Amino acid sequence: MELNLSREDAAFRDEVRTFIAENYPQEMRVPNPETDLTKEQSLLWHRILHKKGWLAPLWPKEYGGPGWSVTRRFIFEQETSRAGTLPPLAFSVTMVGPVIYTFGNEAQKKKFLPRILSGEDWWCQGYSEPGSGSDLATVRTKAVRDGDHYIVNGHKTWTTLAQHADWIFCLVRTDPTAKPQSGISFLLIDMKSPGVTVRPIITIDGSHEVNDVFLEDVRVPVENLVGEENKGWTYAKFLLGNERTSMAGIGRSTRYISRLKKIVKAEIPADDPAHLEFLRDIARIELDVLALEATELRVVAQMARGIDPGPAASLFKIRGTEIFQNITELTHRAIGNYGLAIREHPVSANRFMPGPDYGHTASEKYLNARKLSIYGGSNEIQRNIIAKAVLGL
Amino acid sequence: MDIQFTEEQELLRSSVQRLLRDQYDFEARRKIVASEEGFSRKQWAVFAELGLLAAPLSEGAGGLGGGPLSTMIVMHEFGRHLVVEPFFETVVVAAGLIEQMGSPEQQQSFIPSIVDGSKIWTLAWTEKASRFDFANVTTRARREGSDYVLTGAKTMVVAAPWADYLIVSARTSGDDRDRGGVSLFVVDRRATGVDLQSFKTIDGRRAAEVSLRDARGQLLGVEGKGVAALEACRDRAIGALCAETVGAIGELNAATLDYSKTRKQFGTTIGSFQVLQHRMVDMFIAHQEALSLMQHLSLSLSAGDSALSRLASGAKSKIGDAGKFVADQAVQLHGGMGMTDELNVGHYFKRISSINIQFGDPAFHVLRYAQLDAAA
Repeated sequence: MELNLSREDAAFRDEVRTFIAENYPQEMRVPNPETDLTKEQSLLWHRILHKKGWLAPLWPKEYGGPGWSVTRRFIFEQETSRAGTLPPLAFSVTMVGPVIYTFGNEAQKKKFLPRILSGEDWWCQGYSEPGSGSDLATVRTKAVRDGDHYIVNGHKTWTTLAQHADWIFCLVRTDPTAKPQSGISFLLIDMKSPGVTVRPIITIDGSHEVNDVFLEDVRVPVENLVGEENKGWTYAKFLLGNERTSMAGIGRSTRYISRLKKIVKAEIPADDPAHLEFLRDIARIELDVLALEATELRVVAQMARGIDPGPAASLFKIRGTEIFQNITELTHRAIGNYGLAIREHPVSANRFMPGPDYGHTASEKYLNARKLSIYGGSNEIQRNIIAKAVLGL
Repeated sequence: MDIQFTEEQELLRSSVQRLLRDQYDFEARRKIVASEEGFSRKQWAVFAELGLLAAPLSEGAGGLGGGPLSTMIVMHEFGRHLVVEPFFETVVVAAGLIEQMGSPEQQQSFIPSIVDGSKIWTLAWTEKASRFDFANVTTRARREGSDYVLTGAKTMVVAAPWADYLIVSARTSGDDRDRGGVSLFVVDRRATGVDLQSFKTIDGRRAAEVSLRDARGQLLGVEGKGVAALEACRDRAIGALCAETVGAIGELNAATLDYSKTRKQFGTTIGSFQVLQHRMVDMFIAHQEALSLMQHLSLSLSAGDSALSRLASGAKSKIGDAGKFVADQAVQLHGGMGMTDELNVGHYFKRISSINIQFGDPAFHVLRYAQLDAAA
């Protein structure tokens, strides 16, 4: 399904398509890019995009964005995701970057934005805490002013790829007496600061994506406060709004469905009643994707005319993640007995793995995808948002 | 992708909306359904006067040339108001087939009296054993002079008691389930040898079992091409039925949301309970997705996309499932009231159930969608 593109936009799409085909590093085409690449490998594409000036589609031109229209941003997102490229690190590019250029001061913009674009700084997100999952406003990590520093103490968790990070953007409590939402500040912390400890959390798929981050008497210069003290909640909410529409994951789901079809064809004989059952299940998922894609295109077309979907866009997160979870589950089922095996981490081509290549990541993907309905505001929270802000309940 | 209506389309939509708001509220509809005939010839004349019966038909055949997008606009509003008059059967299905298959003479002789509201048509293709298979035809037609005579039985023919003409599928050659050898015929409903047994349908309409004994029929188009013609007709029909379903879904969601904000239990409105809030969010999402898919299908119908038929099956299944989900939940959330004939909710439920059966149910179409992919 395609947007109705002008001649110029169609030419742009072709340009993006060709650029990806000619420049996406072969080294990054591994079974599971999210877990199988080193930090340096996963930055290869980032650097190529930066050189081309295409790294940060969302950013205004003055900060290094390409100055694209809504339609072109969507085309770029669609093409890169259909081609299965690993997107640049979201924490840096779509999260902290926009917060800094929107709410940060000149010195912060000058210091941080170019380093995000170049890939020099790798950012992670310090939101969740052991006691603050969906209810983020209860963060307890404390920042106490001491001259021109804050002294930060607390424990952040589920911190994705903190093991690679140079910086962490944190929600910290600066006013313990205020109402939960109003005593929070947005603080940038250098991961090399004394008192910062990262401890891996291994998830059920065996991979190391997330971490605990302990902050003990960490001294953070006051100049690393973004915006005003105690206004951090506003900035945090702004940031969450940025990721809504890209959550549909149409390109990814489409790729995984075509792989699933190949697996079913190869693994399940056509005269097996299960074959028909798979065909039907796959058709249902394809139709789910089609309906969501049509909705995404409808919203993009509206955005191009200046109509903001607002909180209704939460539906992309809900449906996009549910659909992808279903695909990974069906793939794991399709691979049959080989679904018992799982790759060991860190991944190495030298380790034995039974069964056909296309099934090697089925188990870990199935397990790993359980996170999708939990993170970024759980799907239950997203439903609360629509219930309240769209349905008026 | 999002449809920005042209001025003409916007005008069509607002005029249908105004008309139905003023003349077709739920009480007015109830009276129409309970009337002797079960539909309103007066309303039908108003539709004709407003140009609705001409809206989607091609200009060459005497229509206004609005195509599938006009159908979508009209059917969406009809779905919101549960309109029972046979626009779908007469204009979308029958006139569509006449446009597609009829000779220029046939078009000139039949379309004007459809457009001006004087004649009502319907399609009689289903048979006892046919289920959703157009090729499963036992009704026979044999040539007699310049005409044909038809013998057989058609079942569950919606709007037949209202119709002046039937388009009947009958076998001119081949065996009972052959794709080839099925042809379409125009049969005067009052002709000798045509016998109707009428009854009511779950969605407040009238239908009939039609028996044909040496009934005269005029061949529509060419011999033997009936199945392909019916398949193309089904794609258009699905576009219309999907739009009607989406209209009904929107009304069910609005009614349910409204009810949840006023109905109190345990000292509070039931809309304050999270389990019901989340249910209504899922109903909202189902509506949004169905609406998008409806637009996508109508645009593809307009453009005559090559993978159209597969898409139509997909939409019939997905939107049918969405309709069923929303209708089930709307009745559930209305509690006992949702079970009453008094409330409109149950009537939407029944219309959606009826749509889901016609031209193939969601289970049939999801398999067709899958198999057309596997065959490609």
